[in-house]
Amino acid sequence: MAADPRRAGRIRLTGTFLRIGVMNEMQYRINFFLQLVQSLLTVGTGLIILAVVFSKTDDLGGWSRPQLLAVMGVFTLVGGVIRTFIQPNMQRVVNDVREGKLDFALTKPADAQLLVSVRDVRFWQLTDVLVGLVVLIVALVQLTPSSNWQDLVAFVALLLSGLISIYCFWLMLASASFWLVRINEVQELFDGLFRAGQYPVGIYPGWLRYGLTFIIPLAFAITVPSEAVTGRLAWQSVVVMIGFTIVLLVVSRWCWKRGLRRYGGASS
Amino acid sequence: MIPLYAAHMRQAVLTQFQYRAANYFYMIGMIAEPVVYLVVWSTIARAQGGSVDGLTPGDFAAYYIVWTLVRNMNIVLTPFAWEERIKDGMLAGQLMKPVHPIHEDLAGFMGWKIVVLLLWIPIAAVLVVLFRPTLNPTLLQGVVFSFAIWGAYLIRAIMQWSLGLITFWTTRVAAVFEAYYLSEMLLSGRVFPLVLMPKWFQTLTWYFPFRWSFSFPIVALTGPIKNRDLFIGLGMQVAWTLVSIGILYLVWPRAVRRFSSVGG
Repeated sequence: MAADPRRAGRIRLTGTFLRIGVMNEMQYRINFFLQLVQSLLTVGTGLIILAVVFSKTDDLGGWSRPQLLAVMGVFTLVGGVIRTFIQPNMQRVVNDVREGKLDFALTKPADAQLLVSVRDVRFWQLTDVLVGLVVLIVALVQLTPSSNWQDLVAFVALLLSGLISIYCFWLMLASASFWLVRINEVQELFDGLFRAGQYPVGIYPGWLRYGLTFIIPLAFAITVPSEAVTGRLAWQSVVVMIGFTIVLLVVSRWCWKRGLRRYGGASS
Repeated sequence: MIPLYAAHMRQAVLTQFQYRAANYFYMIGMIAEPVVYLVVWSTIARAQGGSVDGLTPGDFAAYYIVWTLVRNMNIVLTPFAWEERIKDGMLAGQLMKPVHPIHEDLAGFMGWKIVVLLLWIPIAAVLVVLFRPTLNPTLLQGVVFSFAIWGAYLIRAIMQWSLGLITFWTTRVAAVFEAYYLSEMLLSGRVFPLVLMPKWFQTLTWYFPFRWSFSFPIVALTGPIKNRDLFIGLGMQVAWTLVSIGILYLVWPRAVRRFSSVGG
């Protein structure tokens, strides 16, 4: 039973790039502590804001305090994964397109989309994941009734699927750089919109809720997994989410390919 | 000095107007933040039977829509820019000029604001339709507001410019800047109107520059504010501008002395 050699090659390639990325970051160990301080400061501010909100009310759009705390944990965790793996790579695509340096990735024999998606890892940003997990665990301990193991399994599966949809969204944003010349601001755009994920999308008015679900898939990356872990999940959301993630995978791949055809490098 | 500012501003207007798409990306990203706060507080106000500490959803809408204008006005050179400037040696060129390099940045961002103001109008119109603010400023409030937004800009611009100078001593600045930003978030009225906070907290905000570049200009227009407080606010803005200039005068010469570049 021989494994597909191309697939094995892809996994090995990804592994190698990740290892190089980690080794690069390991040279700057003090950054771990600085990053940790930043993560703690950010979460501390979030906790203060949450405390102010709950000093005026007992629940926000049907979410109790520990439930919202869980959302904050998931938000921090997801943000950390995005900033570690997704954002640095996609940002580099945007810059490479503008500077004509994407050639270096395109001329290599591996699949270009895979290559540009694994070239950079900001390993120390994982402090956000760490801090997010702690917040999530604290929230889960306070939660009544507490979540069972099925909830946790669903949470992990939905979280992965949500992260894939965020990756696809970022790939589509990055592909836009083939058409628009200067989109450094795309990062600002994403960071700004991402903040909306701090709260469950259900509290937003309809137009915004749909936007945060089907245009920027924040609902899938943060709210739905949070619903799973706090025992609020409806099976309909799972079906919609998985279907939508598959559609996004196909569409984002198509956008990337279309964009590549428009690309004229510095040497061509 | 005025021709210099006019030239830099004109250049910024011409440059930034070329990048309308980029500017709109930037602005839409920025507007997500107040919309989140607005939705959260309106939800709470409705759940509490119409208002929180006297603020109705309409009041919150007014607060956060004016917020978007004030935020655009107080976007300034990020302190992170210094790393690049020092590393690239770009600063060497700036130091050769006969005027202090802060003028170029101040004027450039002022020019950019003119473009941003034009682009902001349609966004504000959409927000007004969506969120129905209650806003009835008096003439005096309007006049004070039009000065206060520039005061807000000056304080924030000079403070952050001076803050960025830390980069001359160490490149590990991100945590410091982050701490500064987060203090600003809480103490400025950026996240929540300060009237929602306990009295001691409101008193605390007087001892930081943040309130005068966020909360004050917003409340100057939305109210409720007494005429007397309008003038006290403008006075505080002048005072904090002077303080920030003082800090700049103290730090800048020391920072430049630490700078050396290729060919410099």
